[in-house]
Order: sequence, then C-alpha cells, then structure tokens
Amino acid sequence: MEYTKGIIVSVNEIGTGIFDMLVKCQGIADAAKPGQFVCIYSDDGAHLLPRPISICEAMNGYLRLVFRVAGFGTKELSGKTSGEEIKLLGPCGNGYPELAGDQITVVGGGIGIPPMLYLARKCSENGMKVTAVLGYRDSKTFLKEAFEAYADVIIATDDGSLGVKGTVVDAMKECNTFDKLVCACGPMPMLKGLSTYVEGKGGCALISLEERMACGIGACLGCIVKTKEVDEHSHVHNKRICTEGPVFDSKELDFNR
Amino acid sequence: MNTKVNLAGVELKNPVLTASGTFGSGMEFSRFVDLNKLGGVVTKGVSVTPWEGNPTPRIAETTGGMLNAIGLQNPGLDVFLQRDLPFLQKYDTKIIVNVCGHTPEEYMKAVERLSTSVADLLEINISCPNVKAGGITFGTDSKMVESITSELKKLTKKPIFMKLSPNVTDITEIAKAAEAGGADGISLINTLMGMKIDINRRTFALANKTGGLSGPAIKPVAVRMVYQVSKSVKLPIIGMGGIASAEDAIEFLMAGATAVSVGTANFHNPKVTEEIAAGIEEFMRAKSIKDINEIIGCVE
Ligand SMILES: Cc1cc2nc3c(=O)[nH]c(=O)nc-3n(C[C@H](O)[C@H](O)[C@H](O)COP(=O)(O)OP(=O)(O)OC[C@H]3O[C@@H](n4cnc5c(N)ncnc54)[C@H](O)[C@@H]3O)c2cc1C
Ligand SMILES: Cc1cc2nc3c(=O)[nH]c(=O)nc-3n(C[C@H](O)[C@H](O)[C@H](O)COP(=O)(O)O)c2cc1C
Ligand code: FES
Repeated sequence: MEYTKGIIVSVNEIGTGIFDMLVKCQGIADAAKPGQFVCIYSDDGAHLLPRPISICEAMNGYLRLVFRVAGFGTKELSGKTSGEEIKLLGPCGNGYPELAGDQITVVGGGIGIPPMLYLARKCSENGMKVTAVLGYRDSKTFLKEAFEAYADVIIATDDGSLGVKGTVVDAMKECNTFDKLVCACGPMPMLKGLSTYVEGKGGCALISLEERMACGIGACLGCIVKTKEVDEHSHVHNKRICTEGPVFDSKELDFNR
Repeated sequence: MNTKVNLAGVELKNPVLTASGTFGSGMEFSRFVDLNKLGGVVTKGVSVTPWEGNPTPRIAETTGGMLNAIGLQNPGLDVFLQRDLPFLQKYDTKIIVNVCGHTPEEYMKAVERLSTSVADLLEINISCPNVKAGGITFGTDSKMVESITSELKKLTKKPIFMKLSPNVTDITEIAKAAEAGGADGISLINTLMGMKIDINRRTFALANKTGGLSGPAIKPVAVRMVYQVSKSVKLPIIGMGGIASAEDAIEFLMAGATAVSVGTANFHNPKVTEEIAAGIEEFMRAKSIKDINEIIGCVE
C-alpha cells in the first residue's frame, strides 16, 4: 500500500453521471488485486476524507476507475483532465483471493459492476468459465462489452427494458445458471438477497461491501461490519471493511445486527 | 537546536504526538510514518473489557472537518497489553495510553493494570461525546473530575493527564478541578458534539445521531481553550484540535501547549505527523529559535 500521486490519462462519461477514468500509477497498479480499492483525496482543503473507489482494471502501470458522481469528491474527480495529478492511497483492502476451479459467476449491481471486471478477466485468464450477471436500472448499460470479452453476460434491469426484468437473482433463476462460487458487488439489499440465495443452494458468496471511511487503512474503526464470530483483530463482532474487507464470505457476516 | 519538551517528567524528543483514536496503536500508520520521528504515540482509548462501539455509519464528513461516533470500540486491556504495547516498545518514541471507562471503577481497574506496564504516561478520556455512560458525563462535572482524578492518582506513579471536553461552559473550571485532584497535566480538546442530517434520506448522517466534530473547523476553539487553560492552571498541556500543519502546531505551542496531538489530519495525509515534526524544525531554523521551549506559551 502506498500514498502517492497518479497522473490522469483520460476521463470519459460512459453513462449518465458515470465516468471512466484512466490513471497512470505504476506502484498501485502493479500491486493491485481484483476487489481492492484506492482512496482518492480531494484538492479542496475543506473536504478532508478520502473517497474510496474500486479498482476496475489494473494493467501495465495504469489503473482504470469507474465511478458515479455522488457528491463533491466524485464531481471534482469527474472534472479532471488529462495530465492532472491526483493524490491517492492504495491498493487498499483484502481483494479477492486467487480463485481456482472450473467456473465462477460474477455479479455486479449498478456502480458495483466496475470492480467485477478485473476479477472476470483474472478468472478468465486462469481458465475458468465466467458468467457475469449485471444489474442495471434500464437499458443504458455501461461496461457490458468489456465483460463480454471474458464472460457470458446476463443482464437484469429494474424496468425490464433489457434482459430479465428484476433483480440479479431473478436473472440467475430465469437463465437457470448457478455456480458454487459467486462473487458480487452492489447495493446492500442486492447482496443480502444474493447471499441468501447462494448459501441456500450450498454455494459460497464472496461479497464486497461499502461503508463510510476516514483513514482507509484500519486505524480509525469507522468502517466496520458486524460479524457472527468475534474478530481476531478487534476482539469484538466487528471487522474493518477497509482492511479485513471489502470482500467477505457472506457466511461470516451478521446481517441482522 | 533543541526540540525536546518535558511533559510532567516525560521527555519527548519533539512535541508532536498522535491524537487518540485517529492512529490506532500506530501499527497501520507505521508503513507511512517513521514512529521514531514522533515525540510519542497516543493510543486509541482502551477499557478493561472489549467494547463493540456504535452502529454504522460512524463517520460523516463536514466542511473543514468530520463527525465521528465510533463509540470507543476497543479490544480491551488484555489484548492491548499483549499486542499493542509490545509493538510500540520497539520504537524510540514515548507511549501514551488513552484510557476510557463507563464507571469510575472501570477507569480505576484500567489505570491500576496499566501502572505496571511500559506506558510512559496515561491520558484519561473523560470527554468522549459518543458513549452513553462514562466519557463526557464525567468530564462536564467539576466535582466528578476532581474525585476521579484523585482516585486514579492513588493507583499509579505514572503521570496522569486528564483529557477535557470542550462541551462545557467554562473549561478553566474543569481544568482547575483536575489540578485540584492532582492531575499531572491536561489534554484538550476532545471533539465538539455535533450533528449532520442527510437531506436525501431525511435522517441523521450518523447512526448515533450525534457525533464528535474534529478537524481544522474546530482549531480556533481549541487554541482559545488551550490558552485559557494555560493561564488558569500550572500544569503542562497537550493541545489538539484541527492541527494539520507545522504552523498549526506552533500556534498551539504559543498558546501554551507543551506538546500537540494530531488527529483528523492523518486521514487526509497519512504522513502528516512526520511532516509536522520536520516543519517545526524548519520554522525554528528560519526564525533562529534555539530552543522550542522559548515559544511555549509565548503569547501573553
Ligand atoms: C470499498 C469501496 C469501493 C467503492 N467503489 C466505488 C466505485 O468503484 N465507483 C463508485 O462510483 N463508487 C464507489 N464507492 C462509493 C464512493 O466511495 C462514494 O460514492 C464516494 O465516496 C462519494 O463521494 P462524494 O464526495 O462524491 O460524495 P459526498 O456525498 O459529498 O461524500 C461525503 C462523504 O461521504 C462519503 N461517502 C459518500 N457515499 C459513500 C459510499 N457509498 N460509500 C462510502 N463512502 C461514501 C465520502 O467518501 C465522503 O467522505 C466505493 C465505496 C467503498 C467503500
Ligand atoms: C475517529 C476518531 C476517534 C477518536 N477516538 C478517541 C478516543 O478513543 N479517545 C479520545 O480521547 N479521543 C478520541 N478522539 C478525539 C481526538 O483524540 C481529538 O481529541 C479530536 O479529534 C481533536 O483533534 P483533531 O481535530 O486533530 O482530530 C477521536 C477522534 C476521531 C476523529
Ligand atoms: S476507514 Fe478507518 S478503519 Fe476503515
């Protein structure tokens, strides 16, 4: 993990309010694993906390970050132009373990789609058959073609304007696809529903969580998630999403606390 | 050039410390900061038993600052003594252990056990706004502050610094109570109680509803309180609240603090504590200051 500078190569709007940014940052890109994230600092002294953004792709010294404009920090980031510098910290978090096996399903919902791309590529390169289930609001998709290079893509939309109408779980049922190993990122209700479904079928769901962060490195205890067992580090039922996460086996988590 | 300062008999190589709760026990930050370059590390509040802390969200950004409601999550004293203190012992820096409790008895138990540890100094948090019992309820009542201080003093030879809350009408009254109870020093300020509403979700930004405000936004309040307290008691002061640069730190020293703690700024720049220590030396060189003690409390 390093605290360093990156140089913006390009920023493109690839959906309404969704930006695709390429950053040159050798150190972080070389170390990055799928599922990890970077913390990006604002240039504005009134906005102190880092913005966590997942690593969508890492290759040859470049990081690809895809983000939705949600407030001050992401708006500022979306306005960056080629050649500008940003301060960032990373790679943060555990990321996905090196996965092996015959096949895997990767699931992304909304702005949880980008981080699954790097994983899909890695799994595909490791010879796994990858199915990608992507949930969008409507037919305005993003990164769909990128996934098609590594995976069989199944689409779910809230309004039914493309693919299966409904949730990613609805789409998995309707397309009759299931792998014992499912990796997912997206909104909490989606992750809960998916985890219940996958666990119910005897599978394993590795899900990537979000929480408000202050330090991004495990020191402030701001970003915890409740766990069933007492955690080895905290000695209470809390794990740090920035450090032990953001990727968790759903079975570890206590969704009811 | 001398950057050494003395906190109730504990000599720091420079006045830069970390603020409790923002730096863990230094492990995570040690990959960015050479802990040997700091005057000391002030650890996250520790209690006799493990505490779960508050529900999330625990963090909210505000203009020039942040709110937190961690709720003093900590692994408890057993783990702290076995894991965290031995880690810090490897460094040439002073160890200041921040202590919290729900009841006077819990503080006493913790201090008693820490009295035989390698800690150089104990900072007693009687000012956390985020826990229901203990914390701030002690720190806003001067009788309570005096009695708890004197009870704790009986239990250890280590210097005891009482950490005060800014959420009081007259901070000097509380500082005097700590002095009367036999405190060896005062730390201030803890966070200011605040609130943020998420207007899109029509609810509180923090699960705890209220949280503690920290960061540059509170610095002028903190400088004022350090000044007032330094004029009303004879004890050394650890000053904090919004320090993000060497210049900020020097303000606190001039207001009367013997040492400073850097908190929220670590979240914006993980290397900031080391940079502040170096920046203070640079300032001293530029202004031909031979001894840092010359500027401590230099404003009248
Ligand atoms: C591990 C992780 C990975 C993420 N990956 C991506 C990604 O790849 N693409 C993407 O678009 N978004 C991602 N997010 C969400 C992203 O961090 C927020 O959208 C962003 O921080 C919003 O900042 P802002 O200044 O634009 O919004 P503001 O609302 O102005 O932010 C105010 C504060 O709240 C925090 N905050 C707001 N929303 C979130 C959120 N959802 N999660 C955590 N903190 C938040 C901000 O960091 C900031 O401290 C990720 C979040 C986490 C925790
Ligand atoms: C996330 C966070 C956790 C904190 N935890 C503690 C704590 O455990 N004990 C304590 O005495 N103060 C705690 N504080 C208060 C700080 O030590 C400090 O008094 C305050 O934040 C003001 O300094 P700053 O503006 O430099 O952050 C915490 C502050 C923050 C932001
Ligand atoms: S953000 Fe500080 S512990 Fe995770």
